[in-house]
Amino acid sequence: MKQAKAAPQMEVTGYRRPFPGTQPGYLFPTYAATVKRAPTQPLVILPHTLSELTGPVFGHDEVLPGDHDLTRQHKGAPIGERIIVSGRVLDQNARPVPHTLVEIWQANSAGRYPHKVDQHDAPMDPNFTGAGRCLTDAEGRYRFVTIRPGEYPWGNHYNAWRPAHIHFSLFGPAFATRLVTQMYFPGDPLLAYDPMYNCVPDERARQRLISTLDWESTMPQIALGYRFDIILRGAEETPMQTKR
Amino acid sequence: MSLQATTSQTVGPYLHIGLSWLITENLAPKGVPGERMLIRGRVLDGDGRPVNDALVEIWQANAAGKYAHPRDPQAKPLAEGFRGFGRSATNQDGAFRFRTIKPGPVPGPGGKLQAPHIAVNVFMRGQLKQLVSRIYFPGEAANAKDPVLALVAADRRPTLVAKAVKPGMLEWNVILQGKGETVFFDC
Repeated sequence: MKQAKAAPQMEVTGYRRPFPGTQPGYLFPTYAATVKRAPTQPLVILPHTLSELTGPVFGHDEVLPGDHDLTRQHKGAPIGERIIVSGRVLDQNARPVPHTLVEIWQANSAGRYPHKVDQHDAPMDPNFTGAGRCLTDAEGRYRFVTIRPGEYPWGNHYNAWRPAHIHFSLFGPAFATRLVTQMYFPGDPLLAYDPMYNCVPDERARQRLISTLDWESTMPQIALGYRFDIILRGAEETPMQTKR
Repeated sequence: MSLQATTSQTVGPYLHIGLSWLITENLAPKGVPGERMLIRGRVLDGDGRPVNDALVEIWQANAAGKYAHPRDPQAKPLAEGFRGFGRSATNQDGAFRFRTIKPGPVPGPGGKLQAPHIAVNVFMRGQLKQLVSRIYFPGEAANAKDPVLALVAADRRPTLVAKAVKPGMLEWNVILQGKGETVFFDC
């Protein structure tokens, strides 16, 4: 048997710091709730130690096969436009992030969450909870079946309405790669007015939060596909010192 | 070549819908070795009011100072049934809690040992990205030489050290603003 040439052993020494303008700060007064919740003291820059370079590992026994399909969690089908939301989770070095946990949650098609805090007078859907999860496959791919969430009003400012969105939570390989974000839909006229979407100055960074219509994942006669690729922080790597 | 990382967004007020299934307030089931303790605390905003919609996540090594992760190269034993991950959602009083074991020391920069600590992520409405902090342990001699605590102004270090309430119970609070504001890290 031929021996594959061993790739040089790489040691992760830390994770890349964000490009300027691509990650939000804490105080952002146009999003009013940040005012009493943002730290006022400067942050202390944390060197990435073993504690930050490692993170929780989740297994296939924890995520059930149907957990990715939000349209089949109840007796009947939820009201709304069925969609497929899929994509790849990569790191900044363009490598897939395999077997990582992806958690999502969203409003129903009327823009209502089944949550005691949500008092918006829009109908609940007994056939829709709006929570899903999956693990990425070996190539970093994930896929959810759901319905398109509705827009809804919130109290931030006069006539504040959130653009349609799906919340995403990802772990990646390390404590330092933890990411919570939101996915938006192309052409949504509310994006221009949304303080969360507009929390970073880099326009291209904002636009990467918008999914794209995707014929490849569209199921004919069944569900439109939207693609949303997620980039987690990439490691800074140096060749491992090997002792002989 | 380097891609740009996806922009962080707030968890918002409805986080429980998607994240409650993985609430883990007891990290160390029976049989996991180590000094058992309850760590409890509250999250308070700039007006001193409880934050009732926060999510606190912790990540820690086992009692031997070993992370249950393939990237930990140390020749130390894993503890069966101990992942080292906890997730707690705050209640109406802004309170969260974890039952866990005290982690052992793990290496830091330059191979020097760090004092025992727990890494913390805090998520909430009104924060566009998570806050990062650490929980250290009271009465721990190694705190004085910890390379991360050394980066923090001495008068603010106590915010990172849990307080002993009674045997087996520690308190560590997340004060978002003002007097006693918790030290948060740029991770």
